[in-house]
Amino acid sequence: MRTIEFREALREAMNEEMRRDEKVYLMGEEVAEYNGAYKVSKGMLAEFGEKRVIDTPIAELGFTGIAIGSAVNGLRPIVEFMTFNFSLVAIDQIINSAAKMMSMSGGQFPVPIVFRGATASAGMLSSQHSQAFDNWYANCPGLKVIVPSNPYDAKGLLKSAIRDNDPVIFMESEQMYGDKGEVPEGEYLIPIGVADIKREGKDVTIVSFGKIMKQALSAAVELEKEGISVEVIDLRTIRPIDYATVITSVKKTNRLVIVEEAWPLGSIATEVAFKVQKEAFDYLDAPVIRITTADVPLPYAPTLIEASLPNVERVIKAVKEVMYVKK
Amino acid sequence: MEKVVIKTKKETPVAEKKSSTKFSKETYIKWFESMLLMRKFEEKTGHLYIQQKIRGFCHLYIGQEALVAGSESVLRREDRVITAYRDHAHPIGRGLHPKYIMAEMMAKVTGCSKGKGGSMHIFSKEFNFFGGHGIVGGQIPLGAGIAFADKYNGNDNVTLCYMGDGAVRQGALHEAFNMAMLWKLPVIFIIENNNYAMGTSVERTSNVHDLWKLGLSYEMPSYAVDGMTCEAVHEAIEEAVNRARKGDGPTLLEMKTYRYKGHSMSDAQTYRSKDEVKDYQAQDPIEKVLATIKKNKWMTDADIEAAEKNVEDIVAESVKFGEDSPYPTADELYKDVYTQTDYPYIME
Repeated sequence: MRTIEFREALREAMNEEMRRDEKVYLMGEEVAEYNGAYKVSKGMLAEFGEKRVIDTPIAELGFTGIAIGSAVNGLRPIVEFMTFNFSLVAIDQIINSAAKMMSMSGGQFPVPIVFRGATASAGMLSSQHSQAFDNWYANCPGLKVIVPSNPYDAKGLLKSAIRDNDPVIFMESEQMYGDKGEVPEGEYLIPIGVADIKREGKDVTIVSFGKIMKQALSAAVELEKEGISVEVIDLRTIRPIDYATVITSVKKTNRLVIVEEAWPLGSIATEVAFKVQKEAFDYLDAPVIRITTADVPLPYAPTLIEASLPNVERVIKAVKEVMYVKK
Repeated sequence: MEKVVIKTKKETPVAEKKSSTKFSKETYIKWFESMLLMRKFEEKTGHLYIQQKIRGFCHLYIGQEALVAGSESVLRREDRVITAYRDHAHPIGRGLHPKYIMAEMMAKVTGCSKGKGGSMHIFSKEFNFFGGHGIVGGQIPLGAGIAFADKYNGNDNVTLCYMGDGAVRQGALHEAFNMAMLWKLPVIFIIENNNYAMGTSVERTSNVHDLWKLGLSYEMPSYAVDGMTCEAVHEAIEEAVNRARKGDGPTLLEMKTYRYKGHSMSDAQTYRSKDEVKDYQAQDPIEKVLATIKKNKWMTDADIEAAEKNVEDIVAESVKFGEDSPYPTADELYKDVYTQTDYPYIME
């Protein structure tokens, strides 16, 4: 199978959907003439023209509201946030308009829209450019939230998101755009709300999603060398969450570690841990451990970043802890 | 949903005179009847709120009726309207039967938003009324976006985006104005300047008191309009609509108006004098239209009485419809949040 970059998988998804449906358009900062801040939309202006690939001023609140207004009047916008850090100035429109209009109009005004862009840390960018708001958006009814971890999932899920008639938050990472992965030539869709077992195992379950999945998978490879078999579940969608896949796995392994790049309080990890204690309490042989970003704004210094983010070592330590393995 | 039709029996006037203005007899009668319906509906709404048959926040349009009446006499059915939470009159102007608005305010399942929106979230897709929005200024970029879709689709529909004088101090206005001009969107921004953002007067919110001037930063055609007069509103809207339909972009209209009642039903109005309210009531838009009708003998006293009776009947029918309708049952709770009918809600 051919191998393409994560950004190319996203671009293919948008290109295919824009060829399929005239109502789909892309809007955001630097998406057109600059070919995308991270080159996700490279070549799209040339193919679709300025009517459908639209550069905006730096005005997230305004263009987000305009895109939502166009969605309630028949279009299917894709809004690119350069990063979701900048979505905070638009969050009123996302929460109060996109997520609410269907409900408060009694079902008269669906909002078919995708908000996509990079989330979480991306190197030494300090605290305002390194935040994972995945769980914030997942908290809000009316939205769907997708956080893919590889090019194959990214393409299939983005195509589903664009075709979905509800508002979808689609979160990527600056540190994933260059990742290569196998993506078939033909068209395919991946359903929203279905987790994927990325690696089967029998001793411990690790649940994760998005960029930080890499740490979980690397840890699983290392642990296998020590004879520990880890099952790694990629949630892929965090609203809705595919609890059933997690519960089934925990009932098999009896141990759970959750790895997430967000702050700990009110995280997806917290939610999954709650659900597991409720649905699989008698199956647990150890307390659930979560690994999140440290409970501080992410600093600039590499030493402090190292101390803050989930990494392979922390995951390995947690797995050994739930297995009561010393060393 | 049912359209509201005011069926006044029109007797042949004794001596029909030609209009001294550009507007027809029919236009004046339509203005009179629609404004009277808005006024009587809102008066009833106020009474029902005091009786706690309507709950939540409730903002009345009394005094501002000429803005909707004067705009709707320009618009086509397929044009779009969006506003904030003072939103009972706009859908009436669009033609929605007020019984669906009354039922909505009474939280009944027969309401236009199935009892999920209430007073602040009246919506009617059928009549191209896009709400009913509760965050001050939030509807401004939405209105520009509704117009964006029509331009994208290549039709000549226009969007009227109403806002209060308080909303103009929100950043969303400036971002939306900028892009609406940049992309020449067919949207008309209408400031319903009733002098007070809740209890804070225009003068106390900015150094800029002429709100129409805010459009000038974006080189948007911007005007102040007498919002207490249907003729002036119609003329200003007509010019703006023509500009938008031709593809020449947005217009900002500052409509100078006044609300006779408080900001919401819980407003003691300590920030203004009774004389000030009386001064504005002396320029009442309904009285002015009625004076023109009487002067031209377009309606006899019997016609006027019949119109008033008809409006009272529609209001009474609306109240009865609301009172007779059931509340939504609990099974409605997990409907209308997503279009996906089998969305797996967390239910514990």
